[in-house]
Amino acid sequence: MLEQHIHDYFKNFPDSRGHFGPYGGRFVGETLMGAIYELEQAYQQYRDDPDFLAEMDKDLSTFVGRPSPLYLAENWSQKLGGAQIYLKREDLNHTGAHKVNNTIGQALLAKRMGKNRIIAETGAGQHGVATATVAARLGMECVVYMGAEDVERQAQNVYRMKLLGAKVVPVESGSRTLKDALNEALRDWVTNVDDTFYIIGTVAGPHPYPAMVRDFQSVIGREAKQQVMEKTGKLPDALLACIGGGSNAIGLFYPFIEDESVAMYGVEGAGHGIETGQHSAPLSAGIPGILHGNRTYLMQDENGEIIETHSISAGLDYPGVGPEHAWLKDIGRANYVSVTDDEALAAFHELTRTEGIIPALESSHALAYASKLAPTMSSDQTLVINLSGRGDKDMHTVAAMAGLNF
Amino acid sequence: MSRISQCFANLKADGQTALIPYVTAGDPEPWVTVPLLHALVDAGADVIELGIPFSDPMCDGPVIQKACERALKNDVSIKQVLGMVKKFREKNKETPIVLMGYANPIEAMGYQNFAEMAKDAGVDGVLTVDVPPEESDEFRQIMDDHEIDTIYLVAPTTSAERMETIASFARGFIYYVSIKGVTGAAALDVSEVSQKLAQLREKTDLPLGVGFGIRDGKSAAAVSEIADAVVVGSTLVRCIEEHADKLDELPAAVAGLLAEMRHAINARDLASA
Repeated sequence: MLEQHIHDYFKNFPDSRGHFGPYGGRFVGETLMGAIYELEQAYQQYRDDPDFLAEMDKDLSTFVGRPSPLYLAENWSQKLGGAQIYLKREDLNHTGAHKVNNTIGQALLAKRMGKNRIIAETGAGQHGVATATVAARLGMECVVYMGAEDVERQAQNVYRMKLLGAKVVPVESGSRTLKDALNEALRDWVTNVDDTFYIIGTVAGPHPYPAMVRDFQSVIGREAKQQVMEKTGKLPDALLACIGGGSNAIGLFYPFIEDESVAMYGVEGAGHGIETGQHSAPLSAGIPGILHGNRTYLMQDENGEIIETHSISAGLDYPGVGPEHAWLKDIGRANYVSVTDDEALAAFHELTRTEGIIPALESSHALAYASKLAPTMSSDQTLVINLSGRGDKDMHTVAAMAGLNF
Repeated sequence: MSRISQCFANLKADGQTALIPYVTAGDPEPWVTVPLLHALVDAGADVIELGIPFSDPMCDGPVIQKACERALKNDVSIKQVLGMVKKFREKNKETPIVLMGYANPIEAMGYQNFAEMAKDAGVDGVLTVDVPPEESDEFRQIMDDHEIDTIYLVAPTTSAERMETIASFARGFIYYVSIKGVTGAAALDVSEVSQKLAQLREKTDLPLGVGFGIRDGKSAAAVSEIADAVVVGSTLVRCIEEHADKLDELPAAVAGLLAEMRHAINARDLASA
């Protein structure tokens, strides 16, 4: 099955209706269907448009600072005693994470579609900040929905968004976290559908979002492929990335999908442990269902109600996952694994001390799995980890674990 | 002829507009729902829309969101909702029941299993708000096989071309969403709705219901002027919320509100007869 699907993968997935096998699709209320088709049409028109691409490339280069470096973590590789570990430094992007690659693409598309009001959902606030940043620069109105609980936990990012001119709306419904922020953003969109562009922050939502966000994030994998070939003269042996919704992972994986020799590992948040039920690992322990516009693996109970998730990192704290990951799991092209809060935290400290790089807690999940995988590999093998964000935003959480409060 | 089609045919013969109340099953307590449904019928409901509670009701405004939360606090599952319909049917064999909700609880049951249990319980129609026609082939087929009507939405943003597709898939009646927004949000504009309904009538002979934005007798009567059915939800659910700690008064209070709309619609129907 694997070979059959990987051959011509780029051409076949998603299909014209946004399906990755049984996953993906367009599951939204009728009121939004027109807007989704309008977006799809605009995206088809501009995705290969030389002017659009030139403007995006210019922004990625001079505003974001791309290409991001591929860094050989020599100390850490040596210490683990296996594969050579390269870090794709998305943490060095403007605003501190990979999120901005996507918000630039979508905001430029919004501008061309004549939509001057931007809405977004955010969990930890990274996507909200990346959206508020491009909205400020392009002079667009920006409203960010954020779970009330996350607003309390991430006061600093809330303030950053406000400084950038965005309106941050705390969402009090449901579990008051990321999934509820997404619900509320969809409610806003349905109400203001004529003049509003919804910038979704991950590879979820109805078609064309999963494919569009993937395409905008694929700059990560394209650069990494070229950089690793330049440095080692061959394809890497394995890729690793953390998975919440899965945008940084698909961004790294996608350009390598047809290169069958490259193994892929998506690392989910096992929270307090998969067996406790307190985690955010739908690919590892969920079942397929429909939420937020697409069919994918979900954390749900036997009645189809979405259940609350837990992860030390707010960016992974989501009950669903992008539909393309669900498909890559089923066809066996990528491996989906998980690490606990404690393992991620240990990796956070490890990288900080051995390499002088403070990673985001999200990215620390990928690092934690790498510390298990690398020693099983030989020193002539290479492993590329997407260091999707920097840890500045997590100082508060990490300090609190050590009993410190600022 | 399905119970829904029969109901609309009878009303048409009498020159009457259908009144369709929506309530969320199990709100605020599971045992309240069946007596409430009977009270709604007594107050003049022609068809009942019974909401399946869902944890993430993204097409609904705060009133119905809270109704879902109240029901889920008591772990009201889709199977229990079907149980309520079955119990309702012990005393009522005439009033059509349409289940309204989101895709995932039905997905979790499996379409086939859901269809069998729903048919057995006496469900007449299903409206899944987040499943547009393009994603509903398999579901529609299975519902057809079990003679359960699949109800579809048409919105102010629906193009003429889509209306045609939806009309070809729709069974029972078509639900026109009168405003761009979530349930219980804004007041509707009757002349705007009227134009859209005229457009829709060119594509279908099915009865047309209008919902979202109907709050009282006056707006119900205004909509009955142009539609075959008036759907009212958030106003009733707000009344349920207000009576959440006065459960003995709840059915009568909600029924009273519906009766007011019934009278206003009847007066209008008579005037135009």
